[in-house]
Amino acid sequence: MDQELLLWVRGAGLQIATAVFVLGMSYRMLHLLMLGRKKSLAAARGSEWAGGLRTMWRRSFVLPELSPRGRFTVVSGYLFHIGFFVTFFFLSQHIALLRAVLGFGWPALPRGVIDIAAVLSLAAMIALLAHRLVDPVKRLLSDFQDYLTWTLSFLPLLTGFMLLREIGFEYVTLLTLHIASVELLLVAAPFTKLAHMFSTFIARWYSGAANGFKGIDA
Amino acid sequence: MSEHETLEQRLSEQGVSRRAFLKFCAALATMMALPPSSASAIAAALSQAKRPSVIWLSFQECTGCTESLTRSHSPTLESLIFDMISLDYHHTLQAASGHAAEQARDDAMKAFYGKYLLLVDGSIPLKDGGVYSTIAGRTNLDMLEEAAKGAAAIVAVGSCAAFGGLPNAQPNPTGAVAVSDIIKDKPIVNISGCPPIPAVITGVLAHYLTFGELPALDELGRPKAFYGETIHDRCYRRPFYDQGKFAKTFDDEGARNGWCLYELGCKGPTTHNACATTKWNGGAGFPIEAGHGCIGCSEPKFWDAGSFYTPLSAPAADVASISQAAAVAGAGAALALSATDRAKRQQVQQSREKLTLEDLKGN
Repeated sequence: MDQELLLWVRGAGLQIATAVFVLGMSYRMLHLLMLGRKKSLAAARGSEWAGGLRTMWRRSFVLPELSPRGRFTVVSGYLFHIGFFVTFFFLSQHIALLRAVLGFGWPALPRGVIDIAAVLSLAAMIALLAHRLVDPVKRLLSDFQDYLTWTLSFLPLLTGFMLLREIGFEYVTLLTLHIASVELLLVAAPFTKLAHMFSTFIARWYSGAANGFKGIDA
Repeated sequence: MSEHETLEQRLSEQGVSRRAFLKFCAALATMMALPPSSASAIAAALSQAKRPSVIWLSFQECTGCTESLTRSHSPTLESLIFDMISLDYHHTLQAASGHAAEQARDDAMKAFYGKYLLLVDGSIPLKDGGVYSTIAGRTNLDMLEEAAKGAAAIVAVGSCAAFGGLPNAQPNPTGAVAVSDIIKDKPIVNISGCPPIPAVITGVLAHYLTFGELPALDELGRPKAFYGETIHDRCYRRPFYDQGKFAKTFDDEGARNGWCLYELGCKGPTTHNACATTKWNGGAGFPIEAGHGCIGCSEPKFWDAGSFYTPLSAPAADVASISQAAAVAGAGAALALSATDRAKRQQVQQSREKLTLEDLKGN
């Protein structure tokens, strides 16, 4: 049973999840781009492109005027995202997967680096969840989807870390759980806030361009 | 060898000393993770055991399991298996053929009804009335059901008998199934592997002779003593896996340095068997020592688990083509919806009536 389940998540399950992810994302992103913007009749007071690109870049930093709460969120968020990217793109097992799908690969990072990245990423996520639950403003702003997307992002990291060290369950069980958790993430991503993995920079450009047009230096 | 002769008498006739026999028993006890004291219990039981009758049925198989056993550590102690049991029917090994062979089977089944061990290798085809494999004009299903009735226990030797194996692989043209899919009312032990390790079948039979029952089994009916751990757990290349050092091709520097074969498709992490400890060919080695990854032959459906050379972390099916089709479909849906949106916007603009001064004045 274990083997058949593993085979399903590596085969048909992965095909379904990838198809939903790619179809949903390409549809949403393209539709978003084609919504376009209403042509402004006013005279431009600055460049849309300069404003858009500037905002894409500037929003990547912790702004000095942020409150300690905001700073904590940004720093922890960075830790999580960097850890997630490092483990996803630079663990040799993942590169083997990407090579099988994309047809090309790249050198892996040493396992020690991956381990540190994974632990930091997990710790940051736990801290962010705790902060979300403890901080009254954040708690008020959170809805079901915030907790859902947190869980969907946390599980692949957790099961992946357990898998590499064979913690708790057998390899075959952990591998099945890990792949299944990624498939859940893939299926949910286009239809939840997780779609920000593609829309973040589009959104930043949009607000930056709007400001740039009006000549606002933001 | 007569019915009443014990194994010990038989061995001494062959010039096998008692010391060698005790060493064999100790090795068996160790392999099965039994307490040291049980070595003497095994020795006592085996040396006094009257040979139980064994009927060996070969169905949809390649004879690899029998080859594995008979060519095992021969002429060392594993071949003793044939001295411990009375192999009354095995159509590859027996001298008799035709009606005489079938007669031997019938006789043994009658004489030892309820007591004999039934060993099966090969899967059983069920499609089209089981016509795809017959012996002496009888289907495998018919023969298995008849022989199982009087068996004390059944040992399914090899992955075909245990899980369906190669004949069961997609699209399974003969409707092949495992012994346990048909026989539900007898104790069955699955000794999977393609082929299984000879010492494992020796161990299971010795356990049966010593304790009068089958050893502890895992959820797939395999003896835990041999299938309790994965190849990966016991692999001598495991440290390289933990360090993330992988051979990328079969002849690169990593391969020459003996690094982990995970990326070359090794299925060791998901395969339960004793190859890494018991080894093959008189302890000479096992596939990974020869530089080839484990193909997972002791697990169900191993033929259908994608290429033997696809890493476990890579998809077992084509994901790239499906992604391309999905991307095209998604883009098409977005374009279609945008076109509808635009048409709707234009329609609204065109149908809008201009507000005139007259309208504001209100008649």
